[in-house]
Amino acid sequence: MNSSKTSGSPPGPAGPEAVLTYLIRRLFAVVVMLIVVMLAVFGIFFLIPKWTGVDPATMFVGKQADAAALEGIREKLGLGDPILVQLFEFFKGILVGRDYVSAGDTIHCSAPCFGYSFKTEQAIWPVLADRLPVTLQLAAGAAVIWLLIGLTAGVVSALRRGSIWDRMTMSLALSGVSLPIYFTGLLSLAIFSYGLGLVSNEYTPMTENFPSWFSGMILPWLTLAFLFGAMYARLTRATMLEVMGEDYIRTARAKGVREPIVIRKHAMRSTMTPIITLLGVDLGALMGGAILTETTFSLPGLGQAVLKAISEKDLPLILGVTLITASAVVVANLIVDLLYGVIDPRVRLA
Amino acid sequence: MTTQRTSRRRIAASAVAVAALLSTAACGGGSSDDNGDGKAPGFNAARAKLANPSDKKGGTLKFIGTQDADSWDTTRGYYGFAWDFMRYYSRTLITSKPAPGKESSELVPDLAKSTAKISEDGKTYEYDLREGATWEDGKPVTSKDIKYGIERQWAQDVLSGGPIYLKDTLDPDGKYKGPYKDKAKDKLGLEAIETPSDNKIIFKLPKRNGDFEQMLAMPSASPVRQDKDTKSKYGLKPFSNGPYKFESYTPNKKLTLVRNPEWKKSSDTIRKALPDKVTVTLLTNADEMDKRLINGDYDLDINATGMEAAGRQKALKEHKANIDNPATGYIRYAVFPQTVKPFDNIHCRKAMIFGADHKSIQNARGGPLAGGDIGTNMLPSLVPGSDLKFDPYGIAKNDGAADVKQAKAELKKCGKPNGFKTTIAVRNNKQVEVASAEAMQASLKKIGIEAEVDEYDGAQTTGIIGNPDVVKKKNYGIIIMGWGPDFPSGQGYGMPLWHSKYILDNGNNNYAMIDDKKIDGMFADAIAELDGDKAAKKYAAINAEVMKGAYYLPFTFEKNIIWRSSRLTNIGTTDAYSGRYDYATLGVK
Repeated sequence: MNSSKTSGSPPGPAGPEAVLTYLIRRLFAVVVMLIVVMLAVFGIFFLIPKWTGVDPATMFVGKQADAAALEGIREKLGLGDPILVQLFEFFKGILVGRDYVSAGDTIHCSAPCFGYSFKTEQAIWPVLADRLPVTLQLAAGAAVIWLLIGLTAGVVSALRRGSIWDRMTMSLALSGVSLPIYFTGLLSLAIFSYGLGLVSNEYTPMTENFPSWFSGMILPWLTLAFLFGAMYARLTRATMLEVMGEDYIRTARAKGVREPIVIRKHAMRSTMTPIITLLGVDLGALMGGAILTETTFSLPGLGQAVLKAISEKDLPLILGVTLITASAVVVANLIVDLLYGVIDPRVRLA
Repeated sequence: MTTQRTSRRRIAASAVAVAALLSTAACGGGSSDDNGDGKAPGFNAARAKLANPSDKKGGTLKFIGTQDADSWDTTRGYYGFAWDFMRYYSRTLITSKPAPGKESSELVPDLAKSTAKISEDGKTYEYDLREGATWEDGKPVTSKDIKYGIERQWAQDVLSGGPIYLKDTLDPDGKYKGPYKDKAKDKLGLEAIETPSDNKIIFKLPKRNGDFEQMLAMPSASPVRQDKDTKSKYGLKPFSNGPYKFESYTPNKKLTLVRNPEWKKSSDTIRKALPDKVTVTLLTNADEMDKRLINGDYDLDINATGMEAAGRQKALKEHKANIDNPATGYIRYAVFPQTVKPFDNIHCRKAMIFGADHKSIQNARGGPLAGGDIGTNMLPSLVPGSDLKFDPYGIAKNDGAADVKQAKAELKKCGKPNGFKTTIAVRNNKQVEVASAEAMQASLKKIGIEAEVDEYDGAQTTGIIGNPDVVKKKNYGIIIMGWGPDFPSGQGYGMPLWHSKYILDNGNNNYAMIDDKKIDGMFADAIAELDGDKAAKKYAAINAEVMKGAYYLPFTFEKNIIWRSSRLTNIGTTDAYSGRYDYATLGVK
């Protein structure tokens, strides 16, 4: 019976070796996935311009395109090298660092070298490392809020199906899902920041001034949480309704287990599985930059950087952010898979 | 019970803490009253004149922007706002006069004691250096530093991006290979510049050039000290010889300048150096930037490319005393490449000029205030020789309405009485340009011309419309662009557009593909003219010749709406910096 496995009995015969093998297998898959992503991104950025007949070097030269300048840029970007050499150099850079040499000017890029931006004359990794914390703060803070709001609203709606609370919550959730961030974001800024002056409209680093940081982050968190919380509320409600109709819930009730325990120990556990799956994917994707939120609230995170990079065709930076996003999604999925084991022992070694 | 009470208390305490945090932070990050109209000097109060004169020192001058400099390296930067800003940390032999309006176009000595002693044949320029100019480590600025700084223009393979007028003028055959490949021990092998002593510098030109001092006034003629030259990374932290130095810089995020304690006011007649600190905050959202300006969080937009529609309307309605409406010196236009049929025929080109509804294009660009006046010819107001009333095609007649009759007559002469099909190329990252292309498309339809609008990737301008082969292949009969002077002269404005030597395989700016010996000859004659007034007349004649060829349809003599906070002092727009305020003179109340 399912119920016996999920009601707190000890996990299956998973020894530490089996767990290790599983982890190695999954990590190998992660590396393969990242290599495939890198190959795809490389192809898009370095082959397509060649096919369209536009010299990528012209994107980096100024108003007076001197022939020597174009040649220098081609050399710096390694555009003259075969694609495989470029790829090899890129991987080498990540592992041991690399040198960019052009006309006697050597630029060293230390490992992990995710490339070098010739637009801003900076190695990509420090740029990512500088901006990633902002995006992390945004995503983590918002996730806490949307989980709190989303799960509570979803569970209560499910348990009081058809009630006024259920209808109100689901109507609010529908508006949360339907309204884009650039609308809710602008509206909240106009009211709470520019109108009432309750919160700051500007990002301040946490280390500089904690209250200002909090004040600058609260609107982005709430706006993002409004959108995601709505999705989570709807998902929680639907899953919860389904779970509450399962046999093992009926059995638990029949055994005389108190309702709060039925909900917390039996129903919530099953409900959490799809929620955690979604959370993993959402957090991973947000790492690549919550572009709209960061642009609306002018947060100096990865999203803002990648938007700028796209508009200026700063290919190495786009490549770097893409890799970070891909890694975050893949790693988040790995964590989610491992968490399944904790939540649901049936999948521990499946 | 105890547990419940405790948790309630915790909740209450947390709520109070959150409320306290919010209110504290609101004090720190909220609005200020700097934008009050009562204190602002008035609409256009700083257009070509000085508003709020003051010598009060101190405070932080806060710039905001959506575009970082292409490079803060004086050799590599080409953005106009960056040139304006570079005067904070970089000096040149001569520079623009720190005055509003037309007076700013006058050149005055900066590192030099006076403007050049020019030899009789007009080919030798000699300068003596002012005493007391120092680098940020206290060492004096020498003539060798200036020579080295200029030589860096030759290292295009490492330091691409900046203007190369001095390189082309001093070494047109490209004999010198730049300081990084220089075999001379001191890396000062460029023969055209001599430095007989640390205080004297002599330039020897192969040919006369009436704008040579204009080129020396550009930031790309700034001194750079050899032992501080970090080559391609120099723009991340240039070594200062001005009143401010770089404290910190994160590209596309924030730049902070602080006072350079080694700079002496007595050595500098140009810079007021009033604020203690200058900051530049960079965002990606232009609407949000406008809001923060209006809210009083920042003083001015460093890019000064004009407010967005929403901000503009609010500013015009509620804060008119905080805005100026200067001419930027740019002309926005459509150009017809002669390599794309049927634009090889002058009558087809003329049909475009007569057939376009200039008023609707002006409106698409934002109307007379935000877009500018209807363009009538190709020489903008900031260039000597300009005459905005010169209107050979009667463009401004009838308030810019299309002359359909004349257009159809020209089409007949072109052999296309029923019109033809063509493509308008427009950058996809400039909404105003797309709107003007669509307005042009609509008006051309009325004379039977089916123009398809092709929005190409704006970041690839140099490789797409700057590549004549691509232009021909894509059938770009009409290209929408804009151009402003690099320095206020017909040479600094028109050469890249109209001279045959600027037809390039990549990075071409002579989109019309004008290969006319007569025009080339007229340029040679005007460049050699050392008398400013006579040169201006010669450039006016070149403009007339270009207009005769009907290669261009001018849209607007551009104007924009720019914001200044009420606390700014010594503020005035300049001709020298394309209608921007002179940043080096600004102070805060």
